[in-house]
Amino acid sequence: MNKAVILVGGPSRATRFRPLSMHLPQPLFPVGGKPIIWHQIKALSAVKDLREIILIGFFEDYVFRSFLEKCQEEFPEITFKYLREYSQLGTAGGFFHFRDQILRGGPKNIFMLYTDICCSFPLNELLAQHERHGRLGTIMVTKVDRSSARLYGCVVVDNETKLAAHYVEKPETYVSDMASTGVFVFHQDIFRFMAQVMEQRANEFDQQRANESAYGRSVDEADESHDVNRLRLEQDVLRRMAADKKLSAYLCKGFWRQIKSAASAVPANGLYLQKALGENRSFLAEAKQDGPEIVGAVYIHPSAQIHPTARIGPNVSIHARVVIGPGVRVDDSIILDNVHIKDNAAVLHSIVGWDSRIGMWGRVEGSPITSSDDIDEVTHAGVKVNSICILGEDVQVKDEVFIRNSIVLPHKDLASNKHNEIIM
Amino acid sequence: MKALILVGGFGTRLRPLTLSMPKPLVDFANKPMILHQIEALVKAGVTDIVLAVNYKPEVMVAVLKKYEEKFGITITFSVESVPLGTAGPLALAREVLGKDDSPFFVLNADVTCEYPFEKMRDFHLAHGCEGTILATTVDEPSKYGVIVVHDETTAIDRFVEKPVEYVGNRINAGIYIFSPSILDRIELRPTSIEKEIFPVMAKDRELHTFDLEGFWMDVGQPKDFLTGTCLYLSSLAKRTPELLAPVTEEYVNGGNVLVHPTAKIGKGCKIGPNVTIGPNTIIGDGVCLQRCVLMDGTHVKDHAWVKNSIIGWHSSVGRWSRLDGVTVLGDDVHVAEGVYVNGASVLPHKSISSNVCEPGIVM
Repeated sequence: MNKAVILVGGPSRATRFRPLSMHLPQPLFPVGGKPIIWHQIKALSAVKDLREIILIGFFEDYVFRSFLEKCQEEFPEITFKYLREYSQLGTAGGFFHFRDQILRGGPKNIFMLYTDICCSFPLNELLAQHERHGRLGTIMVTKVDRSSARLYGCVVVDNETKLAAHYVEKPETYVSDMASTGVFVFHQDIFRFMAQVMEQRANEFDQQRANESAYGRSVDEADESHDVNRLRLEQDVLRRMAADKKLSAYLCKGFWRQIKSAASAVPANGLYLQKALGENRSFLAEAKQDGPEIVGAVYIHPSAQIHPTARIGPNVSIHARVVIGPGVRVDDSIILDNVHIKDNAAVLHSIVGWDSRIGMWGRVEGSPITSSDDIDEVTHAGVKVNSICILGEDVQVKDEVFIRNSIVLPHKDLASNKHNEIIM
Repeated sequence: MKALILVGGFGTRLRPLTLSMPKPLVDFANKPMILHQIEALVKAGVTDIVLAVNYKPEVMVAVLKKYEEKFGITITFSVESVPLGTAGPLALAREVLGKDDSPFFVLNADVTCEYPFEKMRDFHLAHGCEGTILATTVDEPSKYGVIVVHDETTAIDRFVEKPVEYVGNRINAGIYIFSPSILDRIELRPTSIEKEIFPVMAKDRELHTFDLEGFWMDVGQPKDFLTGTCLYLSSLAKRTPELLAPVTEEYVNGGNVLVHPTAKIGKGCKIGPNVTIGPNTIIGDGVCLQRCVLMDGTHVKDHAWVKNSIIGWHSSVGRWSRLDGVTVLGDDVHVAEGVYVNGASVLPHKSISSNVCEPGIVM
């Protein structure tokens, strides 16, 4: 029997996802027509012998309740649970804290997934390789551009033995172009290993404290690396596993990218829709004789109304109760619930927030993301550069107004053109 | 009567349009600029017209030949081998202008207004002096040459070039009527009529000013070409509204819309104010046009949005494209679908397939 843990984080973690996370917790934001976290659950549901999925995070208990109820119906063989962390225990701290609940029923292997990623999730292949090599854990890695490796946790991999020989988090210099994807599978003994790490660290701290108080200095309690109760997955656990030759690496050959910034939801949306094109065609919109023109992979919620003269796609998700008027063009965008786009308007490379309105001949346009890295393009290095255009909840774009490469916070009325701005 | 039209050179300020068409033949409100002037001159009894040009394109010779026949007038080209300024061409055309005692008009080819040639003639003959300058008033006279008259008269006292202190707001509109005796003041050499001839005439008390009623604009460059078109259309709306698309027409928004009878307009469009739609144009469904000029044979496709722009001959604008910021498309330019073009001057025969966000020249 196997289990999975998804680390969903908390409201304070998703500031880069603003303004979209102001309305909805990031894990529930829809890409490819479904919440970010649904894609992970869907992939986990295909893993053999997987019986339970546990979400761990800092959100209030009610946040995931109705979503998990729906998951329970969709995946009846799996039990779903949300466990709330009350204090910040580090990326592996919550996982370790809830070890009794995770170990209940005696799972052999435990998957661990971060939420803010978009991936083809070849989990069965990951598990197969993990069991074949029999080490304590396996980290799924992806090949990244040599020049952007410093943005990721980097793993040195031995091609023959699949041993992860070295792990380093965001190195300043080049170490390896194999980046951690935030997907792991561990043998249940991982908790024993973590306990050893905790104990060792506690001893070290005691020693240090004794030394330092002898010299009349006090340890800074707020410093994360000096907090005995905290356990950081990367720096404290993975690094040591690699050093002890207890970590394997599995190379993901499918797609992978981070969804940290709000803008990256657009390419993630495109990747999942492309995936559906191959695996789940019936989920996507089909061109009908009296329906709108559909180009490429498009998701349209059944309750959305789209005028037959509109042109939608490729890589577009249109959500519940959206109304799209005559002659509208939507390309490479996410249109959230209850948005109304009026006649002849165009929406390109953008996210249009819940309940927003775009007037006749309005135009909302971002710059397509060409980098595979998740970079905050809007205020990168303090300089405004091109980005996906994002309208927060309830933004009104008046007739003929053009909003380009801008991020608009909720409840704004826009009566004049805006270019490259963040609008408070 | 006679007239001299100062056409000058290649009209570089109105490029990229003038790369494909001599400036006097560029349509202004669906009619070549020079035809507006010729028609008004003919109406005032002019039978001899001289065009002062630096070069003589074949196409212009052919078109003006047609006008000669149509109006029963004589049009001659006076070709300068070296640019002669604004006065020199009068000396070069002395043979025509001085052939009888009747006065003659001189006008800059770039100026549009409600040409008051008959009134100017009557006024000129009444005061009996050598010259009359048409004057218009402007809000900000500091960038022009301002005319100062003798108290309570129309006689010009002096000219103040780009005044720092306000001395008045009446400026030279670039249209004159002269008695042939003025030709004795001008030698055949490069000369500025404004700087070298007028001050002397004013001193001699031989120069009067005549106030223009209504609009005036020098349409020598794209921005002013658009402004001039707006002024002209507003004037049409007052004088001959029947020439404009009726405001009861569903697509007309705000009036001042001039549509050639051969143009085709789709469903659900919003056109106006201040739009000129040339012959053989095709406008798709759901198109929004404001303050723009569409030349002969242009095609604006469905759901496009065009404002503050000039679309040159046989050019096309793709579906969901957006033109703004004094964009000028030359002859045979094609803007692809969904493209934003802001303030671009696009040379002939180009295709634009990605956004042009900042104003500039597309070679």
